[in-house]
Amino acid sequence: MAKYMVKRLLTIIPIFFGITAIIFILLNLAPGSALDVLASGEGNMDPEQLQQLKISLGLDKPIIVRYFIWLGDILHGDFGRSYFNNQDVMLAVKLRIGPSLLLTGTGVIMAILISLPLGLMAAYKPYSIWDKISNFFALAGAVLPGFFLSLGLIYIFAIQLKLLPTMGMHTGTKTDLIDLIHHMILPASVICFGSMGGMIKQTRGACLEVFNEEYMKTARSKGISEAAVVIKHGFRNALIPVLTTVLMQIPHIIGGSTITEQIFAWPGMGSAMINAINNRDYPMVMCVATILCATVLATNILLDIVYSIADPRITYD
Amino acid sequence: MMFEKMKKSQAWRRFKKNKRARFAVIFLSIEIIACFILPLFLESLNPNKSDPVLITWSAPSVQHLLGTDKIGRDLLARLLYGGRVSLTVGLISPMISLAIGIPLGLIAGYYRGIPEAIIMRIADVFMSFPSMILILILVAVIGPSMTTLILVIGVMGWTGIAKLIYGNVLSIRQKEYIESSKCIGRNTAEILFKEILPNSMGPVWVTLSFRVGGAILQESGLSFLGVGVQAPQASWGNLINAAQDLPTLMLRPWAWVPAGVLIVLTTLSFNFLGEGVRDALDPKMKL
Repeated sequence: MAKYMVKRLLTIIPIFFGITAIIFILLNLAPGSALDVLASGEGNMDPEQLQQLKISLGLDKPIIVRYFIWLGDILHGDFGRSYFNNQDVMLAVKLRIGPSLLLTGTGVIMAILISLPLGLMAAYKPYSIWDKISNFFALAGAVLPGFFLSLGLIYIFAIQLKLLPTMGMHTGTKTDLIDLIHHMILPASVICFGSMGGMIKQTRGACLEVFNEEYMKTARSKGISEAAVVIKHGFRNALIPVLTTVLMQIPHIIGGSTITEQIFAWPGMGSAMINAINNRDYPMVMCVATILCATVLATNILLDIVYSIADPRITYD
Repeated sequence: MMFEKMKKSQAWRRFKKNKRARFAVIFLSIEIIACFILPLFLESLNPNKSDPVLITWSAPSVQHLLGTDKIGRDLLARLLYGGRVSLTVGLISPMISLAIGIPLGLIAGYYRGIPEAIIMRIADVFMSFPSMILILILVAVIGPSMTTLILVIGVMGWTGIAKLIYGNVLSIRQKEYIESSKCIGRNTAEILFKEILPNSMGPVWVTLSFRVGGAILQESGLSFLGVGVQAPQASWGNLINAAQDLPTLMLRPWAWVPAGVLIVLTTLSFNFLGEGVRDALDPKMKL
């Protein structure tokens, strides 16, 4: 196991460099360079000033050299300064991670709490009302776009019923929990709805497969209570595919929900990313992308570890 | 041969009996006619011409069944032309996913070893990376347009196809008929494309329909964010974007609700179609 993990960590390092290098190069190939953005803010610049600016930003060096300079900087935790407002990028991102974790995390946990029992019940009693409800949500999750749902919810709950706010995290200077929860209900519901479909489908499928196994019959014939049969012998064995679906949400939680954050003006990573791209604020884009990349790779390792704990039959050598 | 034909006609009969699939076929046919053919015959359906009289946000009327937008363009025409965009993106981008995913899946499954490790690792990373962020970066680099969306959504979709093909190839390459093909001296290309590929495509055809629905959703989401199809070209996503403006959201539901309903019904139809094909081909298949 330890040996496998070391090997796995070693393969992950080149992947990390590969992905960040690709994104770095892509961004530097993008039309409308950083220079244009900065120069446009300064009014008309003569070529000499432009050249100076280029040198001070290090943009005169070849792209590969720039990538390694950037890499050296981020190893010291320095992601550079925003082209847009000259803020420390890492600092700006740190302020954004919390709200994203809170909002998407809440939405995903809501989804887990609803989907796992629903998927389990649907598999336990096919063609029952549970099965129909879970089918409905699985299908609705696959066909109803989140932004349309968001607008519908805003129309009903904010405009017609005037019950819930639609913008940001707080009203004015209020910082209390009730106000925060009020602001979270609509966007978290949208995120919950969006994640539910896949989770229900996955849980139902995994449970159906396990429920048909012979060892379920054996467990029943031993006289164990039905609940214990379903939970201990059934659900536990269906856990692996379910865990995969759930854990795969981690990068999503940290990266935030782009469209939902944008609609509800939630100050998270997703809306930061869109703003950064619209402003061509590439240090910011790079920072968000790098954090996500690291999260994705860490999630993949975590999955391996969780597999071996959840299912002792899986060994790595 | 006889048996093959019988199986096909049975599948067709099962498909025709499926109510949801029937709804999907009828709805999509009407939609395709309305979006692609109808505007050719009705000159009043011009998505880019501003009405000289009903300038801003007129309500539905006889001349403009869904009213007009901010600068007096007919909203029904924009809805239909938006449908062209969505259907085009939805139908073409999965083909790109196929073109990338099939060869990579075949290589990984057939050769195993190092190619397998590299391809499948990359696929894992792709699958767990929030695709929206990658798409946003790519769109920023290439510049937003319909072609960019088709390319980007298509390229991002390769992993699912590659994994499906890979899984199928793994089980098929062990079969006796592959062994016998090798023994009679057929070369690798022949075995790969004439034996293994046709036998591993079944589930891929089924997911294709679901993917069309998925691509339509992605396109509309990106256009809604303003990084997809750009004005003046209409798309369902950017029509709904108008509702981010509070008065439109509140007072002019006809301007944004129809586009949303069409997105839902279209993706629903492609899902029903996929289910229909799946159940017709193999009622026991799980996907």
